Amino acid sequence: MTRPSRSSLLMAPALAWLAALMVVPCALVLALAFFRRGIYGGIEYTFTLENFGLVFDPLYAGIFLNSARIAGTATLIAVVIGYAAAYAIAAAPRRWQPVFLFFAVLPFWSNYLIRTYAWIVLLNREGLITQLLRWFGYTGEPPSMLYTEGAVIAGLVYNYLPFVILACYAPLSRLNPELAEASRDLGASAATTFRRVILPLTVPGIAAGAVFVFVLSIGNFVTPALLGGGRFQMIGNLVYDQFLTANDWPFGAALAMALIAIMLLVLMAQALAANRASGHVTQAGGGTDG
Amino acid sequence: MTATSLRRRALKTSSIALGLALALSAPALAADLVISNWDGYMAPDAMAAFKTATGVSGEVVVHATNEEIMGKLIAAGGKGYDVVFVSSPFAEVLNKLGLTEPIDHTKIPNLANLYPEATKLPHDVGNAFSVPYTWGTTGLCYRSDLMKVAPTSWSDLLAPSDELKGKTTMLATDRWLLAAGQLDKGYSVNETDPAKMAEVKDLLISAKKTLLAYDDTTFYSKLVSGEALMVQAWDGWCNYGIAEKPEIKYVIPKEGSDLWVDTMVVMKASANKDAAFQFINFMLDAKNHAWAAQNIDYKVPNKPAMESLPADFLAKFPNMAMPVADLVKFEQLRDVGDAQRDYSKIVSEIKAAQ
Repeated sequence: MTRPSRSSLLMAPALAWLAALMVVPCALVLALAFFRRGIYGGIEYTFTLENFGLVFDPLYAGIFLNSARIAGTATLIAVVIGYAAAYAIAAAPRRWQPVFLFFAVLPFWSNYLIRTYAWIVLLNREGLITQLLRWFGYTGEPPSMLYTEGAVIAGLVYNYLPFVILACYAPLSRLNPELAEASRDLGASAATTFRRVILPLTVPGIAAGAVFVFVLSIGNFVTPALLGGGRFQMIGNLVYDQFLTANDWPFGAALAMALIAIMLLVLMAQALAANRASGHVTQAGGGTDG
Repeated sequence: MTATSLRRRALKTSSIALGLALALSAPALAADLVISNWDGYMAPDAMAAFKTATGVSGEVVVHATNEEIMGKLIAAGGKGYDVVFVSSPFAEVLNKLGLTEPIDHTKIPNLANLYPEATKLPHDVGNAFSVPYTWGTTGLCYRSDLMKVAPTSWSDLLAPSDELKGKTTMLATDRWLLAAGQLDKGYSVNETDPAKMAEVKDLLISAKKTLLAYDDTTFYSKLVSGEALMVQAWDGWCNYGIAEKPEIKYVIPKEGSDLWVDTMVVMKASANKDAAFQFINFMLDAKNHAWAAQNIDYKVPNKPAMESLPADFLAKFPNMAMPVADLVKFEQLRDVGDAQRDYSKIVSEIKAAQ
């Protein structure tokens, strides 16, 4: 009888936290999007939908698409590298696994900005990589690596890779090795075993890791600003500019809402993929029985 | 409107990080006066000296950009601050919004130290609501030792020679970014005609392909390291490069520059206006204002202060010795009202262009 009230009591702090720091601010931002920018910045309290119309202007829609492309590329690379790393860690001797995982998440213990600045030190034309090349006798023009789209993608992959490793490691380490053995016993090659058994069973982990990278990348503005030299406008930079440079809070709010909508769609897609994957596994299991 | 600013002597962290810290609450401080200024833009012991001289205590809070302090002032109706340092177009906006207190000239005798030209600036003729603190130009800052030909025109930046391709930077702040194109085309730095602005946009998009980066905060260190050979720069920030590497030089392109002015304004919401005027008077003292010129390497509109600068300092930073008559020939960036939204869109188009 006392259980429901106790659980709601236990949940109260978390709910209050969410309400005060997540629901209320989001509602405020949403509300802002329906007003006009005052001539001198600030907000003029007249109802309008024009900010949302502006989001679909080819210019801004193009920035959304470009951000999605950059975030998608970063996600793909991070998943390939991260899955391979998680696979290797899960295959390592049990006592070493925590050590490898510790090293995988170690970068998180230092500040995001400092880690991103470190890439500037590495990649700039007079940076460590150029100096290393010269040390090996290279005398040509220093390579242009910083302030390119590649630098932005490298920064995003580097920063979010640990999420993929952790997300993929969880299902890989729980995988019953007998499943793979059974598959091999029944005549499947290693590649087929991976493709038909291991990969489907770890799809939820891949989806979770991929969503982390994509959602955090598409809204990122620090990495494109620092590693892209401001030459690559991502949606996060556009929102930042509206709030902090153009003083156009209503339009910035509409852009932020569009970004949140995209993130929600991606999260729903992930939930669907995870559901389907678990359904698929049950079916496959039933099929083997028959 | 725009503009950053700039002008922090030491770049401790990126302005992006500071932007993240944007808070809308007014500071609750116990001091008699609350002053908001850019970090490192006045003497570190100024408030202690002010207290000794007047008995008034003051707290300095810092803002990273004009936009940041404007957001706070507009949201809170100017409450919580007594004296604010902002660039002139922002002072204009504060005045139009009715947030500034008229400057009481009888309480600021040191206004007499200002150059006559500094009392007739178009954004505020007669210093009705703002008092200029620093002023200067925006031009080209370059490595004279690594470039074959010294730049003379904005075209040298916007359509660079092969040796400069990929080795130039432009300011990211919308008004100055646009100004480079407007000046090159011979237009006003406050031009809003759509056809002319479309030309400016196309020019800046083609220039983008040759840039190393857009950079408001670290461009002079890129010159020092040799990563960049020529950058669009505010004169004072070019001086920071010159201080580290004498081969760095500054030139105002033949098409001209904007005249930027950073000002002090008193907030109408201030509960301590007499002390606020006292503070402005203190800053306009020839010795105190000379400190600013010599330590932040920006020109100040204070005649006795500029005349007191040592000859070797002026020799090291030639742009500090620019005659006032030449400086005020240039056009100030003005508030453009509703056209600001068009400016923002053009800048977004430039930055999104592939």
